[in-house]
Amino acid sequence: MPDLTLDGRPLRVADGTSVAAALALGGDGCSRTSVSGQRRAPLCGMGICQECRVRIDGRQRLACQTLCRDGMQVETRA
Amino acid sequence: MNEHTNLLIIGAGPAGLAAALAAAPRATRIVLLDDNPLPGGQIWRDGPQAKVPAQARQLREQVLACTNVQYYSGTRVIAQPGPDTLLVEDPERGWQIRYDRLILCTGARELLLPFPGWTLPGVTGAGGLQALIKGGIPVHNQRIVIAGSGPLLLASAATAKANGARVLRIAEQASGAAVAGFAAQLPRWPRKLLQSISLFDRQYRTASHVLAALGTDRLEGVRLKHKGKVVEMACDRLACGFGLIPNIQLAEALGCAVEQQAIAVDAWQATSQPGIYAAGECTGFGGSERALVEGAIAGCAATGNRQAAQQLWRRRARWHGFASALNNAFALDPALKSLATADTLVCRCEDVPYAALVGHRDWRQAKLASRCGMGACQGRVCGAATAHLFGWQPSAPRPPFSPARIDTLLCLEETGDA
Repeated sequence: MPDLTLDGRPLRVADGTSVAAALALGGDGCSRTSVSGQRRAPLCGMGICQECRVRIDGRQRLACQTLCRDGMQVETRA
Repeated sequence: MNEHTNLLIIGAGPAGLAAALAAAPRATRIVLLDDNPLPGGQIWRDGPQAKVPAQARQLREQVLACTNVQYYSGTRVIAQPGPDTLLVEDPERGWQIRYDRLILCTGARELLLPFPGWTLPGVTGAGGLQALIKGGIPVHNQRIVIAGSGPLLLASAATAKANGARVLRIAEQASGAAVAGFAAQLPRWPRKLLQSISLFDRQYRTASHVLAALGTDRLEGVRLKHKGKVVEMACDRLACGFGLIPNIQLAEALGCAVEQQAIAVDAWQATSQPGIYAAGECTGFGGSERALVEGAIAGCAATGNRQAAQQLWRRRARWHGFASALNNAFALDPALKSLATADTLVCRCEDVPYAALVGHRDWRQAKLASRCGMGACQGRVCGAATAHLFGWQPSAPRPPFSPARIDTLLCLEETGDA
């Protein structure tokens, strides 16, 4: 059961949970803000659309293709 | 730390796994890579809310047990630094892989078409929703509408229901006659017949398509057109996908010929480029059985085992027949070209509305004038959408093929194997 931090708040998820799922389990499901200021959430679920890109431990990663790990810092407004 | 391999396989879905297993007895070293965290592709995606079939688990274990197969997860192809060499990156590092033979098993993605409200949080692809649920997205007690086209709608609905969702409607754009015609052919493939019976849902409607996703900051409901009548329903999620399209970008970048939006292959699954093979959904949409047999043929042919490859041709022909029936039945209604309104965003990366695109001559002109296709997805979503809407042909991708880190690009300069 990894413990992570989502936008500063602690969150515990089941093993094998994707970061995309963590966004919905611990927040409003959104991943990023678009160039015109709209909030967006994962769309394709399979690493194509790039809508789910978030900052994980300081690096841009795709939430749908990243599994939650202990100690991970996930930011959706960075 | 660059490396060399006899056989490099891109994609660890059914085709890539079958290719690796078929090639293993004759290759000294095989590298199998996939950008997902786990092998299995989309259809056999594993996760906390997934049920991976026994056949898939067995194939996965067989491949990973081969001592000459090196599997890299979470790894993407970034560029082609030289002949028979690809630059790849995983979450930690970038490196070059030089190969003698290459098999592309890059799969397919959903055709996502723009309609008013489709950028609202709560709207996903149809296969997209299924993948997200398998990864652990909670849908318990949520009201879900699934729309678009193809058997994936039913599969997605089944996954949603198994995880406690209330599927209010499955809207298939194809006509009742087309779907019934397809169903009537299913006894030719008994396994598919059984599958379709298990997926049947009484909320399934043909001749139905999405008009708009409703809501301000997130999805609150959906407007559908069913047999000419407009209906609205409140829902928490809308999953909308218009069938699958082959991922051909890497093949195009490597110079492989493309026919009918799929990688062109011969009877040996060989592409037009020497030493490069392709198998599975990237050569045309047709399901996992087709992908498995194509992958096995490619794995045999790429390691010089033509006899074994040839013995699989009959099985492949059978699943190619299924693929044709499928593609004919779920052909898209031209009405779907007029869903977007002037202010509907077509390019979601650069927020380019429909009005900024209409009137341009081609993809290149539209791109230069509007930035459409110049964002992070590099036109994988909007390029396919504008191909459908305007008949534009997106240009072959240029490196980097995916967003990459600077330190990975620095590896382009390195030569020689470690």
